[in-house]
Amino acid sequence: MSDLGYDVAHMLGAVVLLMSFALLYQRRLFSLLNVFTMQALALTATAAWQAYSHGEPHLYITALLTLVLKAILIPVALHRIVVKMKIHRTIEPALGIGLTMVAGVSLVTLSILLVLPVTADATALTRENLALSLSVVLLGLLMMISRRNAVSQVVGFMSIENGLILAAVGVAGMPLVVEMSVAFSVMVAFIIFGIFLFHIRERFDTLDMQKIESFRGESD
Amino acid sequence: MTLLLATFYQILQMLLVLALAPLLTGWVRLVKARLVGRRGPSMAQPYRDLLRLLRKEVVLARNASWLFRAVPYMMFTAIWLAAGLVPVFTTQLALAPTADLIALIALLGSARFFLALAGMDTGTSFGGIGSSREMMIAALAEPAMLMIVFSVAILVRSTSLAEIADFMLSGAVGLRISLALALIALVMVAIAENARIPIDNPATHLELTMVHEAMVLEYSGRHLALVEAASMLKMLLYMALIACVFAPWGMATAGSGVAAALGGVAVFVAKLAVGGTLLALFETSIAKMRVFRVGEFLGGALLLSLLGAIFLYVSRGV
Repeated sequence: MSDLGYDVAHMLGAVVLLMSFALLYQRRLFSLLNVFTMQALALTATAAWQAYSHGEPHLYITALLTLVLKAILIPVALHRIVVKMKIHRTIEPALGIGLTMVAGVSLVTLSILLVLPVTADATALTRENLALSLSVVLLGLLMMISRRNAVSQVVGFMSIENGLILAAVGVAGMPLVVEMSVAFSVMVAFIIFGIFLFHIRERFDTLDMQKIESFRGESD
Repeated sequence: MTLLLATFYQILQMLLVLALAPLLTGWVRLVKARLVGRRGPSMAQPYRDLLRLLRKEVVLARNASWLFRAVPYMMFTAIWLAAGLVPVFTTQLALAPTADLIALIALLGSARFFLALAGMDTGTSFGGIGSSREMMIAALAEPAMLMIVFSVAILVRSTSLAEIADFMLSGAVGLRISLALALIALVMVAIAENARIPIDNPATHLELTMVHEAMVLEYSGRHLALVEAASMLKMLLYMALIACVFAPWGMATAGSGVAAALGGVAVFVAKLAVGGTLLALFETSIAKMRVFRVGEFLGGALLLSLLGAIFLYVSRGV
């Protein structure tokens, strides 16, 4: 028989992974940000469920941090950046959506193949959780590679961090200090990203990485 | 006695799906009309349409071959049989041993094959466009469907629909990533196969996008009635399939009495009503997709079903 705690944790993790795929599928920046918000919400639910089912109250703090930072603060800020820079109608698949999705599924397969032998004697929950979070991390990396626009690369980075938190809440005994420091370093990284975006924009008049690559520092 | 009852249930089911299919179509149209602020025709309108078509004279193209005339019958029979195979209110059916998911896909596939042939038979350009688009959709939808079947079959260790429903009813399997992915993929395939809105819209005759309509443009009279009835049956079939595999609650199992079976019929009608409402909600909230993005949509379904099968290997108890 299956127990509810395992099943629900498992489903919520799957939702986070599914949202990673949805991120890869999006073309418009606004819908990208919406999907990112949904991923953060799913992550919040995962953390809260783990806190409830394992009786680890410090995970509630993780859930709260995720909710406030990832689901509210960062999407709203990114939204404002996109509006301010007037790039909300940008359609920017660098690699072709279909090809990206195929690459994504291969990455998930790869992470499962990697996790299976390493965790042969661990519990099913740990195994699945590791496979799921490694997939989310790899998909975030893929997102950063396959997109041209700097804003969607930032979103890719943030979703990598979502994968890390997913791993952290799944494995029992992760100290709160580590989670806090990860969360805050992401916050700092986000602020730096924001400043960078404005600087890149000011200097090059674009956020398209392909155009920026041709600059070699000898601009007038 | 058991066999007799099973045969009775089987006949009842065949009649039930035939009777309910136009009602389901009418219900979806009514809910859609209400959602966009129109009154909409009554739910009985599809029945009236079918009867009207049955009374009308058949007009055939001069160069239509015997195939063109035979296809509506073949297609209707195949889909009706397929709809009769899916357990809707009880798993105790006479055809249950043959009610295999793969047989179901084969029946649907042959119906589609003949319709595509008929679309090309009269040699009009629209028919050709429709057939080629239908085959493009089929080339992606069928592998996705088969992957879904494989994930479910690995989990349940059977491809028989009655056994799958019994297994799901027994509660031996909890929430699974694979099942969730398979469900999403199946819904996507069902939307594409039934020519619902993001893929196709049979209510219009817009040449840029039409798929199903383009193939059946040349049909008239009772032939058209059969084709239309077959597509209504197909929509019911997919809803019944989703309900049977992922939400079989309320279904009567072998050994339970006639009262349970009657309850199963009521629950099935309720499931159809809910499914139709969800479909109408989805369709009114989304825009039609360009034909060339259909590949992406169905490719997504294929990848999701593939992921579902992959995840079976990390989850517990396979």
